[in-house]
Amino acid sequence: MARKKFVVGSFDDEEVLFPAVKKMRNAGYKIHDVYTPFPVHGLDHAIGQRETSLHTAGFIYGATGTITALSCMSWIFTADWPLNIGGKPHLPLPAFIPIIFETTVLFSAVGMVLTFCYLCQLAPFVKKHHFHPRATDDLFVMVIECTSKTNVEDLKGFMASTGAVEVNEQNVEAGWWLGRYDKDQKLYADESAAIA
Amino acid sequence: MASIRGQFEVTGRMRTWSMGLIAVGLLAFLIGLFTRGFSSNAEEQGVFWGTVLYNSVFFMLVCNASMFFICVTTLAHGGWQVAFRRVPEAISAVVPIFGTIAAVVLLYIVFGVGHGGHHHPVYHWLTRGDDQILAEKKGFLNAPFFVIWTLLSIGLWSYLGARMRKLSRESDEGSMTLEQGKRWIWRNTVMASLFTVWFGLTVGSTVPWLWMMSIDAHWYSTMYSWYTFASSFVSGVALIALWVIFLKNRGLLEYVTEEHLHDLGKFMFAFSIFWTYLWFSQYMLIWYSNMPEETIYFKHRVQGAWRGVFFFNLIVNFVCPLLILMKRSTKRNYTLMTFMAVLILFGHWIDFMQMVMGSVSKDHLTLSWLDFGILALYIGMIILFVGKALTKAPLVAKNHPYLKESIIHHT
Repeated sequence: MARKKFVVGSFDDEEVLFPAVKKMRNAGYKIHDVYTPFPVHGLDHAIGQRETSLHTAGFIYGATGTITALSCMSWIFTADWPLNIGGKPHLPLPAFIPIIFETTVLFSAVGMVLTFCYLCQLAPFVKKHHFHPRATDDLFVMVIECTSKTNVEDLKGFMASTGAVEVNEQNVEAGWWLGRYDKDQKLYADESAAIA
Repeated sequence: MASIRGQFEVTGRMRTWSMGLIAVGLLAFLIGLFTRGFSSNAEEQGVFWGTVLYNSVFFMLVCNASMFFICVTTLAHGGWQVAFRRVPEAISAVVPIFGTIAAVVLLYIVFGVGHGGHHHPVYHWLTRGDDQILAEKKGFLNAPFFVIWTLLSIGLWSYLGARMRKLSRESDEGSMTLEQGKRWIWRNTVMASLFTVWFGLTVGSTVPWLWMMSIDAHWYSTMYSWYTFASSFVSGVALIALWVIFLKNRGLLEYVTEEHLHDLGKFMFAFSIFWTYLWFSQYMLIWYSNMPEETIYFKHRVQGAWRGVFFFNLIVNFVCPLLILMKRSTKRNYTLMTFMAVLILFGHWIDFMQMVMGSVSKDHLTLSWLDFGILALYIGMIILFVGKALTKAPLVAKNHPYLKESIIHHT
């Protein structure tokens, strides 16, 4: 898979992170992502991520569930195997509604969970690169992808000037892959010194 | 804080409109009263008093729902509504007025509407005869209990609501220390719980059975009160949203943003679905068990003269909110929210109409100039009285301990 070059800056304070994100975007850099130890309110807007389309997907899954249940039951009870249940009509809509509702919920819930996992690239045995181990502890880690036109030294200097406590350059796997960390990629190799 | 334009004034245009609507409404009421209300024909009498009954009960419950809205958000420690809290307070200030009207109407129907020894035109349990079913229900359905419970309900809603509003006004003087703020929140919480308990015992259970379900004196549904509550609460939230948007358009309520509108929209969406849930639960159980004494309520509504209203009700109050209010951008759009609030208020007004009139007049659809006339009367009164109540207090409760939380509110 594609290996790409990233410039990674770590910030130890939210108050510094927000102006830094703003300065980076004003300077024209596209932010790959910001990894934080906890959800930071408003950060997704600040780094310029678009609104998620997950709810649209959810609506489509729900509508699929509705149609599936309705068409399935009406076919069974009118064409395939009509039964007389308590003298009710063969197409008793009120009696179908609870089942239609449940199927709608089931389809949209399961569909949305799977879509979410796909979008976040989460699955068993899937590996992703960690830019900084302390992103799960106490550091806010801003990652900027370098293109062929990026002047890496300029970018590193600029990032340090916005208040990053630590700036480094990583040439790593950008996507996700199946495998084992210890064989495919040595993680945290150069981080032990930083932690100590 | 001194620069806040926090005071509302009733404009001449509002006054003209409300006076015009009240005049039209009063005229319709008087014409109806003399041609039908005092008529010797029991059916005409029933239609007139039924129409007055559902309108007065509907608008009183809708305005009372805004005090319930304040109380439940207070009990849930919700801070987001503080930026516009004075609006539901002002709406609930008309409960004593609308309550008096409703009480007079209800008591007149019980004592004043003549029946000459035959069936009472509205509440036929008043003339029970040797009816075995009604004899078994007489512990609940009898005139003294009706009168006491009606007066007690309306009186306590008015009294407890007034206490809540008074407490809110007290916070305007001076400023609060941390200790005072905590004490104020505590008193506010206690008052809110008292109101909520009384609201649950009345709107949540007994009062709709007594006032509206008892028109079909043989029929009963334990879900009926919840259904009425859901109907009036979603309309109440829609009315709050309408006033908030109105004041916002006039450049007032500067702390209210589209975040607050979004949450009002969520309430409107959620309680429309809740209403449908109760509607369907009531309908499906009766449809499925198919017992004549239960299906009698739906027979003429689904298959008779009320069929159109029955399905219109479901489309306006369920399908439209579901499909239109589901999108996030709708709930943050002032125009669409205004449209939806008006639609929901109208839809639930129709719902109340079919609940009452569908039982009073089983064979004929009664919607006429009289319904719209009395509707105009109530719209005029809401514009006038809520507008006046809004002028009495600053629009921002500046010392409310949760005001900051409401200002920075973000959904």
